[in-house]
Amino acid sequence: MYDVYKIRKDFPMLDGTKKMQGKNLVYLDNASTTFKPQTVIDRMTEYYTTLTANSHRGDYDLLYNMDVAVTESRKAIAKFINANENEVVFTSGDTASLNLVAFGYALKYLKKNDEILISETEHASNVLPWFKVCEMTGTKIAYISLDKDGKITPENVEKALNPNTKIVSLAHVGNVLGYEVDIKSITKLVHKVGAIIVVDGAQSVPHIKTDFKDLDCDFLTFSAHKMCGPTGIGALVGKYALLDKMDAVFSGGGMNVKFSTDGTCIPLNPPSKFEAGTLNLSGILGFKAAVEYLSKLGIEEIHKHDQELFDYAISKLEQNENVIVYNKNSRGGIITFNVKNIFSQDEATLLNHKGIAVRSGQHCAKLIDGVIGTGATVRASFYLYTSKEDVDALIDALNEGGDILDAYFN
Amino acid sequence: MLTLTNEMMRAIIMDHYSNPVNKNQPPKEGYEKVHMHSDNCIDDIDVFLLVENGVVTDACFDGVACAISTSSTDIMCDLLKGKEIARARYIIEQYHHMIHEEEFDESVLEESLAFINTSKQAARIRCATIGWNAADEILKDK
Repeated sequence: MYDVYKIRKDFPMLDGTKKMQGKNLVYLDNASTTFKPQTVIDRMTEYYTTLTANSHRGDYDLLYNMDVAVTESRKAIAKFINANENEVVFTSGDTASLNLVAFGYALKYLKKNDEILISETEHASNVLPWFKVCEMTGTKIAYISLDKDGKITPENVEKALNPNTKIVSLAHVGNVLGYEVDIKSITKLVHKVGAIIVVDGAQSVPHIKTDFKDLDCDFLTFSAHKMCGPTGIGALVGKYALLDKMDAVFSGGGMNVKFSTDGTCIPLNPPSKFEAGTLNLSGILGFKAAVEYLSKLGIEEIHKHDQELFDYAISKLEQNENVIVYNKNSRGGIITFNVKNIFSQDEATLLNHKGIAVRSGQHCAKLIDGVIGTGATVRASFYLYTSKEDVDALIDALNEGGDILDAYFN
Repeated sequence: MLTLTNEMMRAIIMDHYSNPVNKNQPPKEGYEKVHMHSDNCIDDIDVFLLVENGVVTDACFDGVACAISTSSTDIMCDLLKGKEIARARYIIEQYHHMIHEEEFDESVLEESLAFINTSKQAARIRCATIGWNAADEILKDK
């Protein structure tokens, strides 16, 4: 039985003492980042209190133990998304992972007049690295047409694919509208034209069952901090053959077999070849604790919880005629809306005044304006510890309305 | 000093937010433009000043902005119009002093005194100064 009240007890940020503007904190910005359970915090602290050592060289026990811990963490993460252990590269997060594919793979293999296919709903981190690659190689960016709800469909991907397409890069779940994309079907189409597919899993891996092998995608990227883990750590998961043929981007200690005065360097095999320098070790330990925490609850259960909250929130929001919801059918952890005649930032400031944390703006998806017909929106996003009471607080605040200047004058 | 109650300040801000008279593209050539945007993804405006013979003869702005940035920029445009450069810069300087709770010359700020409480809302300082910083950018080297 999924008991959200019991789950909340695992999170120090939800102990009831945290206030915002003097009100009890209601945290609805989980698409941005999530709170950490005590087990994750403890494991990270343990690195600093009892386990401190570098990794990569097992010369003495502490070091050896850290190497083992890093390996164990990699195994746990590989198991969580069903990949092989040597296909999981530690990075500083989703953004770094996408940049690594862009500069380690695309920059090396793409040429003038090749095409990279993305969508206008992508986060900046899945747009801007590709822009840069295009600038450096003469490759072109193309966009998949969206359906009337702003969704990406396999049919429209198929229409956009052509012999020049070399990379397709899409979020599995969008960070503004929250729709789940049918990656498995799209992957088949992409492979048919000989291109590769990069899946931005930042909003999906924390919320839905993600099976790297079953999806058959070529790369999968995600961040730990959106799934109850630490900031500054994430993963690039890639098919081994692709990881093997791409460049390391960062060079230095811990990634090479040997190098010599003639300028040659033999890199280690993946994943080590991408992990130059001292790793974020407490982050890596915390990352493992986070996937263990999610696994204990069950990712399917977490997704079901998101959906129940979504349905509940939509049923209430539909009764408020001042609220415009832009993604009524997405059934995930994200609700994107505006209050009629109120600029989104003013609404977010008003909600902050009532102790409710939501995000306003374009949510880093700055190409989306034309898609939903508005520039800026308010986004409320849920996670495994969000309660119906949190949703009620938002609904009540929206029903209550209020002068947007209340926040400015109190 | 013009003493403004909270109600008066609210009325001033709402009026300039709902009906910003200076929110438009420049009507003719010759305006200097500075683009400003805030780090938190939202405010994204252009401020235009027409400076002729050492005088700010017109001021306007356009773009996407919240209530505080729209109203503060609209009021600023009213204040700067017809002022000599040195005077305009003095007004901007006094406004910044007010926002940052320093001593300031209240006699030149008129309706912009409605933003006197901004320092208590740290997150809104950027909103209340975005247009003013743009105008300062245009005038600082003159």
